[in-house]
Amino acid sequence: MDDPLLAATADEILAAADPWPALEEAGLTAVGVPEEAGGSGGTLADAAVLLRASGYHAAAVPLAETGWLAGRALAEAGLPVPPGPLTACADPRRVPWARGAHRIVVVRDGEARVYDPAGLEIVPGANLAGEPRDEIVLGGARPVAAGPCGADLRLRGALARAVQLTGAMRRALELSVRYAGEREQFGRPIGRFQAVQQALAELAGEVAIADVAVRAAVRTPDDPVAVGAAKANASRAAGTVASIAHQVHGALGVTAEHPLHTITLRLWSWREEFGGEAFWAGDLGGRAAGSRDPWPFLIGM
Amino acid sequence: MPSLPELEPGTLPPGTAGLRARVRSFLAEASFTPRCDSWLTGADPAFSRALGARGWLGMTLPARAGGHGRSPLERFVVIEELLAAGAPVAAHWIADRQVGPSLLHNGTPEQQRRFLPGIVRGECFFAIGMSEPDSGSDLASVRTRAERTRGGEHGDGWRLTGTKVWTSGAHLAHAILVLARSERGSERHAGLTQFIVPLPAEGVTIRPIASLSGEHHFNEVVFDGAFVPDALVLGKPGDGWRQVTAELAYERSGPERLLSTFLLLRLLHERGADPRALGRLLARLWALRQASLGVAGALAQGRTPDVAAALVKDLGTRFESEVIEAARDHAGAEPDPGSPDPLARALAQAVVQAPGFTLRGGTNEILRGIVARGLGVR
Repeated sequence: MDDPLLAATADEILAAADPWPALEEAGLTAVGVPEEAGGSGGTLADAAVLLRASGYHAAAVPLAETGWLAGRALAEAGLPVPPGPLTACADPRRVPWARGAHRIVVVRDGEARVYDPAGLEIVPGANLAGEPRDEIVLGGARPVAAGPCGADLRLRGALARAVQLTGAMRRALELSVRYAGEREQFGRPIGRFQAVQQALAELAGEVAIADVAVRAAVRTPDDPVAVGAAKANASRAAGTVASIAHQVHGALGVTAEHPLHTITLRLWSWREEFGGEAFWAGDLGGRAAGSRDPWPFLIGM
Repeated sequence: MPSLPELEPGTLPPGTAGLRARVRSFLAEASFTPRCDSWLTGADPAFSRALGARGWLGMTLPARAGGHGRSPLERFVVIEELLAAGAPVAAHWIADRQVGPSLLHNGTPEQQRRFLPGIVRGECFFAIGMSEPDSGSDLASVRTRAERTRGGEHGDGWRLTGTKVWTSGAHLAHAILVLARSERGSERHAGLTQFIVPLPAEGVTIRPIASLSGEHHFNEVVFDGAFVPDALVLGKPGDGWRQVTAELAYERSGPERLLSTFLLLRLLHERGADPRALGRLLARLWALRQASLGVAGALAQGRTPDVAAALVKDLGTRFESEVIEAARDHAGAEPDPGSPDPLARALAQAVVQAPGFTLRGGTNEILRGIVARGLGVR
């Protein structure tokens, strides 16, 4: 079960317009990273509580990047986790939140190298929701610190985005259910029509299945089968969820005024980041093809 | 605002690895031809008895009732292994899945003594008489009536009159559990009672209803004043609706709602299907299995996650058909029930059974209605 106190705190902080200062003040920017290393302490499941809440509130903060990606990699490399927003990458393209980061951790070839972004060329880019996805040009820049690190950032990033997706999908469900209960046409709330009820139930099904699968994957975060399956499924669900949520909301949902877009723009972005359905299905299928029997492969025993 | 209950991932208890290994080695030695939808179409009484002999039927029933006192999660391990192998488990399926637990919860000590040991040994198979010619999704409209009769040669009891349809396996069953209206003039959920009718019985006629493939799995069961003694009323007269619906979470969320076409997936793997296509199916199945396991875990803790169970069945049964589409894409075989090629045969079995996946045990539309009610929009 989620820690209820942490969940309530995360919910309160992340609902605010600019939550980063409050997250720093509460010491919640690097949950899941040991305190000895400069992190906030707590388990990966605790970190997932925060990520889920950040997805639910469509919070524009580098939370996954600072703790889940950079902080854990630094701690594993025996390096101190500096204060401030961080990010990490294996590939210099589409680096999340690079331009505002205090430090950028590049994990490659069994080593984590820490860079000061001031010494790098950063080519700005963004996802659909306007979150920075920049290209960094290392050139001849020298890392400010380095240490051995075997972390698979794609796997970790995939799980982080999968957790965020489940938070965002839950919000899409709640917005849709509320709207269907309020919006009246033909003299009654549209949620009274079976066609709308069936669509909402399908939406809810996708949300629930993705949620339990991602929670299960958080328990085995280094298992590529679990994480790959969870991300592939969450990415698949994100498309269905966004499409039903918009259909239920009608034309109002496609305006910049209505909050639905803050969720759906992230669903459409995060489902691709660190690998979408096709990537992870290919990865999973490739591994399965190398196994003798797909059943023990699938259930991991 | 009502919302979705959060489903925690289920965790298999320690010791299930050994149990799983024993089931696998049994399956490796057992002689059967794997088939799709084997829990409805693969009836093999000898196979059922072999499972019973190994302690894999009535697992969750307590020892005092003749069962094995194992947890629902241990049963989950056994049945998912059997289903993934396409093993012929249809003969005992309903008795093991729901009649055993129902007798345990609602039955008299005498009923439990009479039926449970046979269920556990794989020697007593049950059918369930629910749907009628005019009652399908609207189960509360059942018209089979039970009329009180006193002082006859068999003592006090009831006479059943009416017709049940789509009764899977009634032709192989040793008894049938019948839902009937026992209070004249009662409506909807009130006045319904469950009766145990041992088969064959005077006044009960079982006729096959051929499936579209020509196979015989379903039956029409006609009751023409069939006598049921008071001793075979299950639970309290008038309490039938509550008893029937209490078992639904068990019926709807199990791995049989995901794995009816797993044999096809296995064959696709064997034939070297496109890894990405295979991976898409595996990813979905992995997620659905976590959900099914989550419901099993909730049930094991004594909760009744009806909405979650409805969700699992809706999405799980649609996945079963996705596997068929992937198998069709892979091509290399046209469906042929008599083909020597296992893929052509499995495809044939799956295609003809698929319409039933999203009908049996509550149509997907009914299930989504349950979910919508859980969401508070209905």
